[in-house]
Amino acid sequence: MKNILHITKGTLILLCKGSRAYYVWVGILLCLMGVGAIAYAHQLQHGLGVTAMRDQVSWGFYISNFTFLVGVAAAAVLLVIPAYVYHWKPIKEIAVLGELLAISAIAMCLMFVTVDLGRPERFWHLIPKIGILNWPQSLLAWDVLVLNLYLVLNAVIAGYILYSLYFKKEPNKSFVTPLILFSIPAAIAIHTVTAFLYSGLAARPFWNHAILAPRFLASAFCSGPALMILVFLLVRRYTKFRIKDEAIHKVAELVAYAIFINLFLFGAEIFTEYYAGTVHLASLKYLLQGLHGHSALVPWIWTAILFNILGFFIFLIPELRRNHFMLVVGCLLIFFGVYIEKGMGLVIPGFVPDVLHEIYEYAPTGIELLVSLGIWATGLFIFTMLLRVAIPILNGDFHVAEDGVGSHIGDSLFIIQPDQEESTEKT
Amino acid sequence: MSDEQQKETRVFKQTRRKVLKGLAAGAAVLAVPTPQASASVWEAFFQKHFREMSKDELVRVLARLEKTYSRQYGKEVTVSATPPIEGVRFGYGLDLSRCIGCRRCVYGCVEENNLSREPQLHLIRVVRLQKEKGVDLDYAEHYYNPELVPEPGYFYMPISCQQCENSPCTKVCPVQATWKEKDGIVVVDYNWCIGCRYCMASCPYGARRFNWRRPQIPAENLNPTTHYLGNRPRPVGVVEKCTFCIQRTREQPGRYPACQEVCPVGARKFGNLLDPKSEMRALIENKRVFILKEDLNTRPKFYYFF
Repeated sequence: MKNILHITKGTLILLCKGSRAYYVWVGILLCLMGVGAIAYAHQLQHGLGVTAMRDQVSWGFYISNFTFLVGVAAAAVLLVIPAYVYHWKPIKEIAVLGELLAISAIAMCLMFVTVDLGRPERFWHLIPKIGILNWPQSLLAWDVLVLNLYLVLNAVIAGYILYSLYFKKEPNKSFVTPLILFSIPAAIAIHTVTAFLYSGLAARPFWNHAILAPRFLASAFCSGPALMILVFLLVRRYTKFRIKDEAIHKVAELVAYAIFINLFLFGAEIFTEYYAGTVHLASLKYLLQGLHGHSALVPWIWTAILFNILGFFIFLIPELRRNHFMLVVGCLLIFFGVYIEKGMGLVIPGFVPDVLHEIYEYAPTGIELLVSLGIWATGLFIFTMLLRVAIPILNGDFHVAEDGVGSHIGDSLFIIQPDQEESTEKT
Repeated sequence: MSDEQQKETRVFKQTRRKVLKGLAAGAAVLAVPTPQASASVWEAFFQKHFREMSKDELVRVLARLEKTYSRQYGKEVTVSATPPIEGVRFGYGLDLSRCIGCRRCVYGCVEENNLSREPQLHLIRVVRLQKEKGVDLDYAEHYYNPELVPEPGYFYMPISCQQCENSPCTKVCPVQATWKEKDGIVVVDYNWCIGCRYCMASCPYGARRFNWRRPQIPAENLNPTTHYLGNRPRPVGVVEKCTFCIQRTREQPGRYPACQEVCPVGARKFGNLLDPKSEMRALIENKRVFILKEDLNTRPKFYYFF
């Protein structure tokens, strides 16, 4: 019990102490969270009518962000597979960071779904036994289950590993290995289930494809690792935590394959729809060319395609992906490319034209943007806080004291350059 | 239900009550509404799913709703929960060759079903189609607004909930807030719906509507005879849909749905599909019939004649 008290105390000290850059970063995040909370309060008071969603386009920016972030969360598995299954050591050291990113991403997913609910106070209707979870019929019920399971799984694995390292113990393999192995199918499951949520709807031909789940996985393995690489480069630069080039290059190589598969599947879908040219082409046409003079998404999707193709070449050519400036450019291109394609580019055309062939052009309102900004800030805040504690533990700067009870904080700032704190996500 | 099953349900109900009490206590600490309001606010918050309520609980809930609505609208409002009639499965027919596109059904429905006037909410969508193109929704005009209907060269097709036998909307709901009743009507428990709108994404007919803002109905326009699963005033943030005027059609003697009654040209038909002597059966057997989006296998109980 005393141990826990000391860990908590040490953690609080870590979270509260930092350089000026750290305070600025956290301060900005807290401000954005506040803005988001005010915007959400406004939405709660006036109903979802303050968004641009209507009966024709009944899901919008919130669900787009949700879908994208499920992918980011699922992609943590890309680090876990080589780290634990193949015992590839350079990646093993950083796999915990991937799991922490997954936790933050899932937290954002849950928030995005919650703000999209018309009656969020009735969330308890989803809890089995207390409410009624329509499982196994509803894919949304499946999604609730697997997302929460994945959140708990990652929290337990990362928490246990960090806890062991704090006490300078080797994690107990017979406990943690089965969990890690289980987290691999779980990661694939969260994204597959999210894809099935869409592809199971016969009413929406744009989603009603068997290819949707593979496409989801491929794009997740682009955007998640791209974000991870950016985080690695920042962590490496601003903290004492060493991440080997080898590990980063290995992840970058895997991203190259994933982008190829993603582009290939997208191309396969475009061919099938255009060549057959049935009435089901309308949504894809709206996305790529515009339909009956409505073309709000066209510039976005072509930007995404351009980003993805450019990113692909950067990741494909070894000289380019090993150049860390180009690597950052590539990661940003892929991250935003997939964000557009897998977010608005996937959700909105499902509703345009709607089932009665009416066209309602959706564009998020200011409130939707502010609420979403607030949620992203919350996610980054969670991730920053997790890293703030995890990195010193991984470094060996934060561990149990000699007496086995108190906590020892080695270097109170945990940085090489005292002025530049680990303001991790700053680019 | 066997004894053992009953016992299980009872145990399950008791644990649930305990958990709910705990939740209530916890939540009460966090947010304390005014003492007078609190009782009914908490009762509404912890209200069970319609189909899980016992008879007593249902009676209490109906009484609470009647009281709330009566006070809110300043007149006596009744809320019934009349169950389906045995041996009845409702079906709807629409004669496209008769419909003149006047939209009286749309507004008849608004009045009968207490649909929001501000913002306006309609459960029937009438589209104008070109005679040359036939039933091709690509050529549908949703917002036609001529001086006079019908217009030469056009015909009209009203679309509302098709009350599918194989209904995608009820399948996808994560909390079973929507389901198909024994008489074939697909209903929503407005007090159980969490407002996720998955059902709207799944409906091939665009039949479901969401209350994006608080629905407003002038008190003098409120239809005070309501049904729990039908036309009682809806809260903001939940989905609603056509219920074949459940508050009329389930009564004995029953009444036709409001849209059927108001139609000036007799284009709308309604009846019991299980009754071999009903008008609906005769029409289905003798007219040229089609159903919308047959290939999706939703098996609508809404038949178009032409």
